[in-house]
Amino acid sequence: MEIDPFIFRLSIFILSIFVGYYVVWSVTPSLHTPLMSVTNAISSVIIVGAIIAAISGGDGIIFSSSSLFGFLAIILAAVNIFGGFLVTQRMLAMYKKKKKEK
Amino acid sequence: MSANLSAILYLVSGVLFILALRGLSSPETSRQGNLFGIIGMLIAVTVTFLSVGNFSLGFIYVLIFLAIGGSIGAFIAYRIPMTAMPELVAGFHSLVGLAAVFVAISAFINPAAFNLGTPGNIKLASLIEMAIGAAVGAITFSGSVIAFLKLQGIMSGAPITFKGQHLVNASLLVLIVIITVYLSSTQSSNLFWILIAVSFLIGFLIIIPIGGADMPVVISMLNSYSGWAAAGIGFTLENTALIITGALVGSSGAILSYIMCKGMNRSFFNVILGGFGATDQKTRDQSKEQRPVKSGNAEDAAFLMKNASSVVIVPGYGMAVAQAQHALREMVDTLKKNDIKVSYAIHPVAGRMPGHMNVLLAEANVPYDEVFELDEINNDFANADVAFVIGANDVTNPVAKTDPQSPIYGMPVLDVEKCKSVLFVKRSLSPGYAGIDNDLFYKENTLMLFADAKKMTEDITKNL
Repeated sequence: MEIDPFIFRLSIFILSIFVGYYVVWSVTPSLHTPLMSVTNAISSVIIVGAIIAAISGGDGIIFSSSSLFGFLAIILAAVNIFGGFLVTQRMLAMYKKKKKEK
Repeated sequence: MSANLSAILYLVSGVLFILALRGLSSPETSRQGNLFGIIGMLIAVTVTFLSVGNFSLGFIYVLIFLAIGGSIGAFIAYRIPMTAMPELVAGFHSLVGLAAVFVAISAFINPAAFNLGTPGNIKLASLIEMAIGAAVGAITFSGSVIAFLKLQGIMSGAPITFKGQHLVNASLLVLIVIITVYLSSTQSSNLFWILIAVSFLIGFLIIIPIGGADMPVVISMLNSYSGWAAAGIGFTLENTALIITGALVGSSGAILSYIMCKGMNRSFFNVILGGFGATDQKTRDQSKEQRPVKSGNAEDAAFLMKNASSVVIVPGYGMAVAQAQHALREMVDTLKKNDIKVSYAIHPVAGRMPGHMNVLLAEANVPYDEVFELDEINNDFANADVAFVIGANDVTNPVAKTDPQSPIYGMPVLDVEKCKSVLFVKRSLSPGYAGIDNDLFYKENTLMLFADAKKMTEDITKNL
């Protein structure tokens, strides 16, 4: 009997939860705020779905009802991707070590 | 582009996202990690364009909308003050949630675009995944909007409770399950809309009873939800990058909520069900009695610090409110010139989101190796001469160790009272978020400095 592809996706999902668990525990507490902003940015990879919804919807009609939701989702996700990564970068640039004393 | 190749590339971008989080284990590697994240995102978006392979007019519109969203995001990222980071993150969470809802709606209206069947005849598994993605997304959206309003001060930070609140929430959750079951057999679009509406309502209802200082838990929880919503959509779209990312973000948010709850010695449910509200009404009345406190001015504080050999700074949310981090760093610079050892002690729940204080101190150019977490520094208080508490309160209250009756009993606190002397900058003697009096105010070795945190810090610097 063939295995349903869903099972493969479920396996990836479960294993990723464990990877996430161990990786996030190793994040230093002083970087918890950048952690939140970067997870925000990467969860906006949902833009992948938004792009498919926007382009491949409605035969030839650019703004059919389904693609319209896709376009709106693109804007929202894009705000997050750019905003999330840039604000993380801005924060991380501020973390400096003590200057060596002469 | 072949389906197999794009699946592998999505996997690559998922791995890059893992590396992005891995980088955050130390500030040195974090910047590289962020770069990995950006590359991962670029790969995912490019692969999607190539695999859809439709470079017609629609594609140009996608680029336009991408540019609009991107410039708004970039503009916000560069303009936002660091003190407003909790609001920003809450706001961003709401966008992820809403985007998930929109993608789910689009997939429901036109399932053919995603190879999920035809309208009214969507594959059962896909429909359920879609419903979960939409519901969690909607809860994330409305919950984050409320969190944003509370943090921004547009809505009062006080918990809003009403009778039968938990019953209403529980029945709405049950309702969502029932709707999903009916939806999967009838495929009715009306049910799908009702499902989304009910989910919006739940998100709203679960956040309104949670008070301002519990926001670190709420934000982390919503962070987690936004991940689960993304994962739900990932299953619908059969997209590995989304599934991996959703799982990563989901568990990251869950861990942060756990750390925050542990920092307050409260269970997750205690926080979510609206915590501190009703139980401490009694304590609040009892503590009305007057006790003598010693108060001083900037000169006294400067005198104490000048004669110290080591000073520990304890910052809290009040420092963020007063925007005192730069003034504080100037004061510390002056102290260091006088050969006084200075370190910073940060409680896990200081501020309004995990790591809030660390970012503010980093912004004020405080080197991160002078900043310590609770368990790293707690033993040092006994050897320090002066503790300078600025904008923190409940997290320093020794009652948490001594009085089993106290609502904060058992909460890990900074052992500030072990210092030879304590300087406590505060505007008044009013109790902190937990609504209880801080015993530290009345200790023999405590000097209260009643003033605005920023102004007081500046005055002390002048007197040093």
